[in-house]
Amino acid sequence: MSQTMLIIILGMAIVTYIPRVLPLVAMNGKELPPKVKAVLQNVPYAALGALIFPGILFIQDDIWFGIIGGTTAIVIALLGANLIIVVISAITVLSLYSVFF
Amino acid sequence: MFFSGSVQEKKSDYLKGLLAGVSIAIGYLPVALTYGFIAETTGLTLLETIAMSAFVFAGAAQYMSLSLIAVGTGAFEIIFTTFIINIRHLLMSTAISEKAVKDHPIIKGLYAFGMTDEVFAVSSTKEGKLTSSYILGVASIAYSSWVINSGIGYAIGTSLPATLQQSMSIALYALFIALLIPSLKKHRKIVWLAVFAAMLNSVLTLFIATGWAIIIATLVSAIVIEIIYSKKQNFYEQSDHKSKGA
Repeated sequence: MSQTMLIIILGMAIVTYIPRVLPLVAMNGKELPPKVKAVLQNVPYAALGALIFPGILFIQDDIWFGIIGGTTAIVIALLGANLIIVVISAITVLSLYSVFF
Repeated sequence: MFFSGSVQEKKSDYLKGLLAGVSIAIGYLPVALTYGFIAETTGLTLLETIAMSAFVFAGAAQYMSLSLIAVGTGAFEIIFTTFIINIRHLLMSTAISEKAVKDHPIIKGLYAFGMTDEVFAVSSTKEGKLTSSYILGVASIAYSSWVINSGIGYAIGTSLPATLQQSMSIALYALFIALLIPSLKKHRKIVWLAVFAAMLNSVLTLFIATGWAIIIATLVSAIVIEIIYSKKQNFYEQSDHKSKGA
């Protein structure tokens, strides 16, 4: 492994790990003020919104990929299917879409 | 005998985590294969390709690093950009820290390494108690898929039929949707949290780096919706109080 690559990989590993580990170790078991707690409990759902949109529109050059795949996932998830079924359904529908269109 | 119960519990939580992480493993498959393939065409060795996946474990940052390496960018700039992209995990780990049970810092340090967007999403939306064993289960299956498929992608190219490869790019988004929908059905507040963050992120991504856009959109939505709802709550409490008074 070249020395530059070694430095790049180690550097990337460190700056990726720090934000992931810092809060977990620093706040381990500490009680937070109720308002901060309430905001943190909102974070997962807000984060999911931001992780899905607008990224889903740009998975392929054809914007319909994201729209059709996303709609399929929403419908199947609304029917109450589990995670894997939702994921596989979205992939299947998009495979059909790319075969026929 | 006395401890067997807790070991059993840990084991079953770990298995539950593994199971919940299967959809992440499926979602990582095409992304890791493509990463391995691009790494090969960028001129990395197999060892470098696998080492990056094994030590960094961050999809978006690894892709970015390849495109920067390809154009001959220096190490410092690549590392700094990685930091900017991954700073969003600061917020995600803070949220997990609030939800997860107390545990030894070494255990937390271990699963912190695996706290990708997807591992965070699956763990943080779990109902009920969130144990270290469960998070470790989710993280370990996601990690295995990421590292192994990076190597396979390098060795034999993307290897999936082009159609399937394309279609599978929806997988991680379908996973996020599948995690969000059941909660949306339960509380109106969650709908607003997700929709407001998505709207903010759409606007912010036009102006700033994705890593910052996600963290700002998430935080602003989480705060603003909390303020609106706590006012509403107070309003209801007050009107409730008044009606009782009358």
